[in-house]
Amino acid sequence: MKLIEVKGLQKSYGDVHAVRGVDLEIDQGEIFSLLGPNGAGKTTTVEILEGFRTRDAGSVSVLGFDPQTRGRESRMWRNRIGIILQSSSDADDLTVVETINHFSGYYSNPRNVDEVIYSVGLKEKESALVRNLSGGQRRRLDVALGIIGSPELLFLDEPTTGFDPEARRAFWALIQNLRSNGTSILLTTHYLDEAEALADRVAVINKGVIVEVSTPADLGGRATSQAKVQWRDGAETKSEKTDNPTSVVTALSARFNGEVPELVVTRPSLEDIYLEMIGVVDE
Amino acid sequence: MNKIPSALELGIRRGGLEIRQFARQRESVVFTLLFPVILLAIFGSVFQNTIAPGVTFSQYFVAGMIASGLVNTGFQTLAITIPMERDVGALKRLRGTPMPASSYFIGKVILIFVSMVIQIILLLGFGVAFFGLDMPTESSKWLTFAWLVLLGSACSTSLGIAFSVVPKSGRGASAVVTPIVIVLQFISGVFFVFTLLPTWMQQIAAVFPLKWLTQGMRSVFLPESFAAQEAAQSWELQKTFVILVIWLAIGLFFSVRKFKWQRT
Ligand SMILES: Nc1ncnc2c1ncn2[C@@H]1O[C@H](COP(=O)(O)OP(=O)(O)O)[C@@H](O)[C@H]1O
Ligand SMILES: [Mg+2]
Repeated sequence: MKLIEVKGLQKSYGDVHAVRGVDLEIDQGEIFSLLGPNGAGKTTTVEILEGFRTRDAGSVSVLGFDPQTRGRESRMWRNRIGIILQSSSDADDLTVVETINHFSGYYSNPRNVDEVIYSVGLKEKESALVRNLSGGQRRRLDVALGIIGSPELLFLDEPTTGFDPEARRAFWALIQNLRSNGTSILLTTHYLDEAEALADRVAVINKGVIVEVSTPADLGGRATSQAKVQWRDGAETKSEKTDNPTSVVTALSARFNGEVPELVVTRPSLEDIYLEMIGVVDE
Repeated sequence: MNKIPSALELGIRRGGLEIRQFARQRESVVFTLLFPVILLAIFGSVFQNTIAPGVTFSQYFVAGMIASGLVNTGFQTLAITIPMERDVGALKRLRGTPMPASSYFIGKVILIFVSMVIQIILLLGFGVAFFGLDMPTESSKWLTFAWLVLLGSACSTSLGIAFSVVPKSGRGASAVVTPIVIVLQFISGVFFVFTLLPTWMQQIAAVFPLKWLTQGMRSVFLPESFAAQEAAQSWELQKTFVILVIWLAIGLFFSVRKFKWQRT
């Protein structure tokens, strides 16, 4: 059974069609990334999967459970998932360790509080009041609260927005570490490099529609896309698109008797492909 | 796999957490707990008259202050702080965990009850020490006092939770809630002797719980003979009980059905 199965998901807010027929299948043990620009419908999709929003159409199964269901079953289901929301600014008059300790009491099988504090890098801040934490530290507390219940499945909505590069690297390492301990993760991001660094599979979403689902390496057919060979022929710059750049270069080399003037071989960058993808639907 | 903790157990733990947080907000602790005492100091000093043989205004006023303390602490505090918690996403975060809604409510009930008890002790202690407040001696009066405090805080807490869906934002909550409470205090016989108010005002007040709580508290703190001077020439304790239970039921119904965990 798939960990998450979504078919034909739709959601509108008034005349804004935020999600327009999304299908997703997410496997056990993978980091799956929902990648798309602001307003693409990532949060809407994820919050429907988390049970925070209702859907207009489609079917959703998360750990074999429909998130819209309420009652005791829903409590057992929440015991198995972890949620890190896109934005929360709650800052209590409690210390980091008090907060995490308290939340650990909600779950049947909580992780060790000390270990969690250590793994999110809040060890030296554990006695600080939450209201005195910096933005990045607050985010790490969010993660700590998201993973304290040893979830089978973790939702992360734009976890590193506003991080400096160093903090992002540290955060990525933390996420990879979670995955290697067996947690499946659904991560939304609008950073291409984040999806590339973390995800086993990526779904590109734009204007409420999934444009493509693939591994980061294969995104947009990059692995198989044609290379461009470019060189100078007298005063003229010439180029050729080819599936076999090596033979083209060999032939050129023979023609020029060795060095080819201003030779460049390129493939489209992931960024080129991504921008084209989210521009294509733009009409 | 261990068992998931019970709703009651988590509710009690939440109560402890709520109290700890409340205790750390020094200004609001001082304000909430001492405000009735300050009011008593002001009113008790300004109005030193007696309103009936053996009944000082302070005595009358203490009954009203305890009753309105129940409304302030439960209804007002919750109807203002819950929208704030909702605004910053604290409620949504809780909703994403296996903590049941009832545990959250139990935590609030514990917080309100504890702060109510402290408030009452301060108010009575201060009244006896400085304003010649007479404490009731009959155990039947203390029994009435106990059920009024219990039922009154339950009622006020449930109505506060229910009303928390009304303010659109945490910032605006105080502006919506505070005037309601102040108006109720004026028309329910807290600041003025109830029977001196215009009849139409008395009739409006009789719809809401505060009038009944103040009258009930007067039955505890004023001599039996004063009952004749109430609007109905009686303390109307049974009627008070019924009306408070009805309001409690209304509060519970809307709390359970309409509570909002997130901004929409
Ligand atoms: N609660 C809401 N009410 C009205 N419109 C909303 C609401 N949430 C999102 N939207 C709109 O739906 C679209 C998708 O938003 P969202 O799911 O937040 O995208 P993302 O997370 O990818 O940035 C946007 O146009 C946004 O303005
Ligand atoms: Mg979003």
